[in-house]
Amino acid sequence: MSLVCRIILFCLFLPCACSIFAPAPAAGQENPYFVAYDHYLEEPGNLEIEYFSTFGTQRGGNDFHAFWGEFEYGATAWWTTEFYLDGQSTFNDSTIFTGFRWENRFRVLKHEHFINPVLYVEYENKNGADKILKEGEGHDVESDFLVSNAAARKEHIHEIELKLILSSTFKGWNFTENTLAAKNLSNSPWEFGYALGASRPLALKAAAKRCTFCRQNFIGGVEMYGGLGDRHSFGLHDTSHYLAPVLGWNLPSGWTLRISPSFGLNDNSHQFLMRWGVSREITGFGSMVSRLLGARK
Amino acid sequence: MKAIATALAGCSSFLVVSIVIAQSGNANRPLAPAAPKYDAATYAELQKAPEKARNRPNPLQNDPEAVAAGAILFEQHCAECHGKSAEGSRKAPSLRASEVQSATPGTLFWLLTNGVVRKKMPVWSKLPEPQRWQLVRYIKSLGSAPSESPATKP
Repeated sequence: MSLVCRIILFCLFLPCACSIFAPAPAAGQENPYFVAYDHYLEEPGNLEIEYFSTFGTQRGGNDFHAFWGEFEYGATAWWTTEFYLDGQSTFNDSTIFTGFRWENRFRVLKHEHFINPVLYVEYENKNGADKILKEGEGHDVESDFLVSNAAARKEHIHEIELKLILSSTFKGWNFTENTLAAKNLSNSPWEFGYALGASRPLALKAAAKRCTFCRQNFIGGVEMYGGLGDRHSFGLHDTSHYLAPVLGWNLPSGWTLRISPSFGLNDNSHQFLMRWGVSREITGFGSMVSRLLGARK
Repeated sequence: MKAIATALAGCSSFLVVSIVIAQSGNANRPLAPAAPKYDAATYAELQKAPEKARNRPNPLQNDPEAVAAGAILFEQHCAECHGKSAEGSRKAPSLRASEVQSATPGTLFWLLTNGVVRKKMPVWSKLPEPQRWQLVRYIKSLGSAPSESPATKP
């Protein structure tokens, strides 16, 4: 196994390893979305370690399995920062590391309102073989993925991505709308996209005993996302769109499992994507690091 | 290899940011972790609840299971900062203080819903309304003396 493969595997299994040995899990109340964001940020000082996979079908080419590890840290009650490591395996081709992302979300308003805005700023440093489909943007279409990994990885992408997240919670339902604008820093036009989501726990009241299979631990919903063209050709033509039921299961042990089959809505989209993910929240990570470095208790 | 090196540099930056934030939170703290004391200003946010919110009754006031359910929710979401028995810690104030215990259920519900974002108390509206009311029932059941809560008994 090459050094690169070893490093990729290390990076991707690191989140799982960290979360297994982490001492203080918290039972999360995580949303089930894969692409859309709601307005809830990570609790201050907590670290959420996540692993996600996307299996995608490819017409005229090889199916693929893309994956990413994610470290989400609550810096303050109004700022959450996340670091991603991405990779992918294209069947009958190769497995490669495709890049990293650094994402920040800022809560704008102090109090809860009917619509709650959150600003999202992300820097992406990836190559053209990236297939995690974490968002729909511009004129991204299925045929873009026909290029072999060896050729696609030669393209380097430095991208800034901005999102306006507008999210509401009403009678247990969460409704969210994300508008996206992304700019490849190598002189490409601004590209646009969207994501919509709605979700609700299967039960709103908590049970009076600890339980794994209680209805309140499951959150179901649906999300829809896609591209909206770019600055020169804004609109729905030559764009891909997906509709995806989502299900999240928050276990009392602090783990969250998510699953989502996504269906392409037009001929430019992959016909089928299967996504799944596992995450664990570690409370007091900031304090733990601080103590390790000798901070006063 | 360049991408990997960049990724590792990113990882390091992420860790440094985490550490700086964690350290800055500790900078002015006392050496000994003595029983935390809170002045009235700590609880000032309770006074900011609008009258309409303050007067809201708890719809689960007569639910016999609300306190036990609230205790579990408290342990899952609140105990890390407020302490296992809500006695408070250096991260967050005691919920057994008279300011909290004398607040109306509606005030506590309002505070849970809105958080005190600038003072690190997160917004808890991600918990459905009934669960926030269950938490309020539990907090109000604590009283001012420790270990009096029916929910904390084995």
